[in-house]
Amino acid sequence: MLSLLQIELYKIYRRPRTYIAFTAITAIVLIFQFAFKSDGQSYMNLMLQNVQDNFELDKSKAINGYFMCYIILNTLLVQVPILVALIAGDAISGEANMGTLRLLVTKPYSRTQLLVVKFFASFIFTILLLVWMAILALFLSLLLFGVDDMLIFRVKGEESQILQITQDDIMWRYFAAFGYATIALTVIASLGILLSVYAENSIGPIVATVCIVLFFTIVSNINVPIIDKNIKPWLFTSYLVGWKGFFYIGVNPEGQPIKGSLENWASIRNSLYILLAHIGVFLGMAVYSFQKKDILS
Amino acid sequence: MKKNKIYLLLIIIALGQSAIAQDIQVIVSNTKAKIERVKDYHADGKMRTNVTFLKLPIAKVSLYFKNPNKFKLKSEKGMSFVPKGSMNINLNSLFTGNDFTIIDAGNEKIDNTIVRVAKLLPNNDNGDLVLTTLYIDPVHFLILKSKTTTKESGTYELVMKYEKYSDYGLPDKILFSFNTKDYKLPKGITFDFDDGTANSSVTKKQKDKKGEVEILFSNYVINKGLSDEIFK
Amino acid sequence: MEPIIEVSQLCKNFNQFTAVDNVNFTVYKGDVFGFLGENGAGKSTTIRMLLTLIEPTSGEIKLFGKSLQKHRKEILHQVGAVIERPDLYKYLSALDNLKLFAKMSGLSLSNNNLLEQLDLVGLADRSESKVKTFSQGMKQRLGIAVALVHNPELIILDEPTNGLDPQGIADIRNLILKLSHERGKTILVSSHLLSEIEIIANRMLIMHKGKKIIEGEVNSLLDPSKTIVKVETSDNNNTFELLKTSLWSDGIKNIDNQIHLNISKKDIPNLNRFLVEHHIDIYMIQPLHSLENYFLNLTKTSVHVEPFAN
Repeated sequence: MLSLLQIELYKIYRRPRTYIAFTAITAIVLIFQFAFKSDGQSYMNLMLQNVQDNFELDKSKAINGYFMCYIILNTLLVQVPILVALIAGDAISGEANMGTLRLLVTKPYSRTQLLVVKFFASFIFTILLLVWMAILALFLSLLLFGVDDMLIFRVKGEESQILQITQDDIMWRYFAAFGYATIALTVIASLGILLSVYAENSIGPIVATVCIVLFFTIVSNINVPIIDKNIKPWLFTSYLVGWKGFFYIGVNPEGQPIKGSLENWASIRNSLYILLAHIGVFLGMAVYSFQKKDILS
Repeated sequence: MKKNKIYLLLIIIALGQSAIAQDIQVIVSNTKAKIERVKDYHADGKMRTNVTFLKLPIAKVSLYFKNPNKFKLKSEKGMSFVPKGSMNINLNSLFTGNDFTIIDAGNEKIDNTIVRVAKLLPNNDNGDLVLTTLYIDPVHFLILKSKTTTKESGTYELVMKYEKYSDYGLPDKILFSFNTKDYKLPKGITFDFDDGTANSSVTKKQKDKKGEVEILFSNYVINKGLSDEIFK
Repeated sequence: MEPIIEVSQLCKNFNQFTAVDNVNFTVYKGDVFGFLGENGAGKSTTIRMLLTLIEPTSGEIKLFGKSLQKHRKEILHQVGAVIERPDLYKYLSALDNLKLFAKMSGLSLSNNNLLEQLDLVGLADRSESKVKTFSQGMKQRLGIAVALVHNPELIILDEPTNGLDPQGIADIRNLILKLSHERGKTILVSSHLLSEIEIIANRMLIMHKGKKIIEGEVNSLLDPSKTIVKVETSDNNNTFELLKTSLWSDGIKNIDNQIHLNISKKDIPNLNRFLVEHHIDIYMIQPLHSLENYFLNLTKTSVHVEPFAN
């Protein structure tokens, strides 16, 4: 089983396609950093709006490494599902397309083993992608933009808020957020694998995975009460942004953030459960379908 | 013309009151003289911001003053939202320039202390300042409260508490109140995580558009000299 | 003789379509077993069922005397297969592909060992080249090397010469003969060309429209003294049952309610006599010439005989 996993990882490592994802992330992060290095002030002005009428803020301090990472993740974690789908959606269908699936399946492993190994390989790929993102978006940003307190601009229901998290209270939040993002992206990976079981070319499941994620994301962002109440909770994409929960710091009755606290851990935990349940269901369906599948490719 | 009529009215009221109490001009100039004994100071402060949409930690700040009007508030660590008009935390700035008309606006009571109310009208119409109202403890020549109306930043209010440094007219605590505008980010720009905690009752609270900043001072270092570098 | 593959009453339906219909056959140790039939005859479906790629609708498959369903892993350790065009991992070199599949079979072979395997299929000098640069024939040979890497007892080759040029076809044939003669492997090889099977196989089976037509020794089936005869009587069903108990029972087939028999020409009068003795009214006994013509007739495809490079 472990050697099978090594083989899968070796295949991912040797495939040119794998590096599309890493290159895309590198490019996006560098463009962000360049843009903010040259004109981060305008973004700050947009976010601060009329707060500047009452307060002065050293904007160059506000645009620091921690803040940059948040901004980058905010955008990138919407796009990364596409990159994960690129690998996971190809897991079974790509082998079918290449004609290697029938070779794999005639090897002395059960189909469940093969699928689970494919899943773990995609999972590890997702982790590596996030580690790479952390290196670039967090650590490189800290190097380029320095360390300071972090501002979170947030829309909470009808209310807009600016939260300030002190610099000594941020790193653990990023670790937690990256951990959460791993789970969230693993949902995409397991969806991709599930769809890839049914297809004989990799384009279909990759596009289908991306379309499902996009469609659900758009629906969950329509912001109409009837959808927010009745449909949004049922879409797994509503929980993909749950990593932000780690940056919603708890506040005391006077409105001061409480160091080391979270506004709503229960909600983050529930989101995690929902995401894990999705992984379980998608993976279970994938194993079942793969076992029943006649390999005709 | 209108303004002159108001001035006239205020002067009449003021004249009527001056007969029954100490001369307001004297009180103001004594108070000013007391404050002016401080050539420079440095103090540590703890700044607490109370604005509904700002969730900021209590900031440790350093405050520096050098006469006549150099003032700096900076955060020791991290960054801080410094309220505009914080120059006025520095009481000297209340008397910037001698070119104002003082009007006696009678007595009031603040925390069981009878205070004299003085309205300072700048003689120069071109400045940002419209009117400053001072509530002065006539016994200790301390400003307990001030209200400033400006053209640009609206009205703000300072409430001072004195303890250890009352001899120098330096407060231990200042409460700075001001009007804030609504803060609203366009929806969809932040892709926020809806954790289900937002509810409509919060909306009402937000209508309250008063902001407050409280600074607690400690460790004043007075008249020991300060380099101009600090204020750059 | 030890049976390596035993297939009984094997059926596979895809929705309404019956791809494999009640097929029985046995492959013995050391056989080169030819699996003949036109495209779509059900050969590939049967082979995929032997390799657990497709689940049978009904019937039983035993490999090495054990149920394939129950002992899948154990059995597959001893099986190597090339199914149609093996495309392998294009972005890897020949050697890396081989290494990868060796590892999948739980082997960690040295590069020398792997190069020996590549040498067997004539690819040793291209070991470092990426598969995407390979011709179809080279891919086919690499596919065979992959199938052989774990030294299996049974080798299953599905249309291994499909799409190859004459030299490529000859190379594969020679390789199959070498594996059989020098290494004593049992080989099942499918083809739609009788000429090909005739050269390499010792036993063969013909499939048509999902059904087994005939199974037996190649030499005897292709014996020029033997012929297929079509028999028509007043009661074909009864006649068929009767003939099944006769000495010609081996080569008898009921195709679309017509009785086909593979018998020697000299036996035709005996057949006639036998039926008359059993009071059957004979309408027709018609020789269909050789098995080759018979096969051609079934498949209605033209056969061109490749030149053998021996």
